[in-house]
Amino acid sequence: MILTTGEQPAIAVEGLGVHYGDVTALHSVSFTIDRAQICGLIGVNGSGKSTLFKCLMGLVTAQQGTLSLFGRTSTAARKGKLVAYVPQAEDVDWDFPVSVADVVMMGRYAHMGPLRHPSRTDRAAVAEALERVGLIELRNRQIGELSGGQKKRAFVARGIAQDARLLLLDEPFAGVDKGSEATLVELLRELKNEGRTVLVSTHDLAGLPRLCDRAILLHQRILAEGTPENVLTHANLARAFGPAGTLDSAAAPTRAGA
Amino acid sequence: MDPIAFLLEPLQYGFLTRALLVTLAAAVVASVLSCWLILMGWSLMGDAVSHAVLPGVALAYIVGVPFSIGAFIFGAGAVALIGAVKSTTRLKSDTVIGVVFTALFAVGLAIISRTPSQVDLMHILFGNVLGVTDGELWQVLILGALTLVIVLVKRRDLTLLAFDRTHAHVIGLNTKALGALLLGLLALSVVVGLQAVGIILVVAMLITPGATAFLLTRSFDRMLILAVLITTTAAVSGIYASYYLDISTGAAVVLAQALAFSVAYIAAPRTGLIAQLRQRRRRAGSPARQAV
Repeated sequence: MILTTGEQPAIAVEGLGVHYGDVTALHSVSFTIDRAQICGLIGVNGSGKSTLFKCLMGLVTAQQGTLSLFGRTSTAARKGKLVAYVPQAEDVDWDFPVSVADVVMMGRYAHMGPLRHPSRTDRAAVAEALERVGLIELRNRQIGELSGGQKKRAFVARGIAQDARLLLLDEPFAGVDKGSEATLVELLRELKNEGRTVLVSTHDLAGLPRLCDRAILLHQRILAEGTPENVLTHANLARAFGPAGTLDSAAAPTRAGA
Repeated sequence: MDPIAFLLEPLQYGFLTRALLVTLAAAVVASVLSCWLILMGWSLMGDAVSHAVLPGVALAYIVGVPFSIGAFIFGAGAVALIGAVKSTTRLKSDTVIGVVFTALFAVGLAIISRTPSQVDLMHILFGNVLGVTDGELWQVLILGALTLVIVLVKRRDLTLLAFDRTHAHVIGLNTKALGALLLGLLALSVVVGLQAVGIILVVAMLITPGATAFLLTRSFDRMLILAVLITTTAAVSGIYASYYLDISTGAAVVLAQALAFSVAYIAAPRTGLIAQLRQRRRRAGSPARQAV
């Protein structure tokens, strides 16, 4: 399967500005992310990471600037099933009566007819995605009965089943132990190697160089971007996380959703 | 009394057969919808819509059109009004819901108090299932069937909406339209249910069966089936209890549902009180057990 046709970058954002009343969430944000890259989006809570994600998903309309995904508008990219989203753990109702396979099947809905009746192709895609993330044995478990890392992989499997070209992961390492984190990093690297683009918003600065090809440091505007090594300097982190913002204190889990 | 005679005796009366049909139809429709409502967190919305239809029902009787038309207009109108006020203030949605539905309910009371002879307030508030006419029976059956068909056709999209609205949006579904559809179905099922148990208790039929089934299973399809089974059993036993014990039909049906909920709450496998106690005791016995 060739995912890297065409020349347009996966994400191209130019002069993006979002304001909620008097509060500026994003100011003049411009960047591009090429296809088949893993990019880390780093910033404190309230730095505009969530707003940027919402812009990419078409949930928030920017007052200024332009945004395109694979050369299309965000609406066209969504209709084209190009974008998949892996939510933060705290945004999911883990008691919801769906199985792991049900969740992954939701990735196929855009490929199905209006009744969302799964075809043989859909079932095969779900089984393949579950196999790839190592959850095939657990496919009949209720989604909340998985461990933190398995939950993340279930949602990544949903994006794989969808055959999305751009995966947006919101704080994927929160509540995930080190072993599962390594598994998840390996999985995301595999997806990148087959030409998919991954944008990860994260606090986990320590794991960043292993995961990402690029990093963007955000605080309403872009403070730094480039390779993780170049972005994660003490000077940059101090600007993003405040004077006390060393690598260690910044990596500590902060209360999200603020 | 022998059991067959026990079951057949009430059915000799046409009004009781009609009551049974209306209650069953209303209960099944409401129980199916309740599975989505409780997962969406829309229980209060069900309460709001059911109270807000009062002026619609009153006006329909005064003007002389089928009650369901008036009820649906005001039910849907209440939903639209709540949405409009919510999106233009910084108030939380339960606040807006509370303001809008009590205001509409009061409008209904005011209308009825000015026209006491035409409308029986008690019948609207608490149902009048024993006095259901053939016309009303048909309204309930047709609207009930319509609601069920729409729900079952759109059920996978509605489940996705309830589970992960963002994903639904990201893969190109129209989440606003889906949300509006579910609210419209909610208004329809209130219309279907208010004839059976009245607008005060109809919300019980829209919450309790889904809540009971949720305690019993972790699969959505099984939850749907269980909710229908529970509510059907409760509706039938409620009607018979009301006949033999001479108590209000609406009250008997809702009490039967509440009884089913209590049983599930206490005795449900895994999540019931008894199971929780057992687990706690077992964990205390073997402290090294690891959560998988």
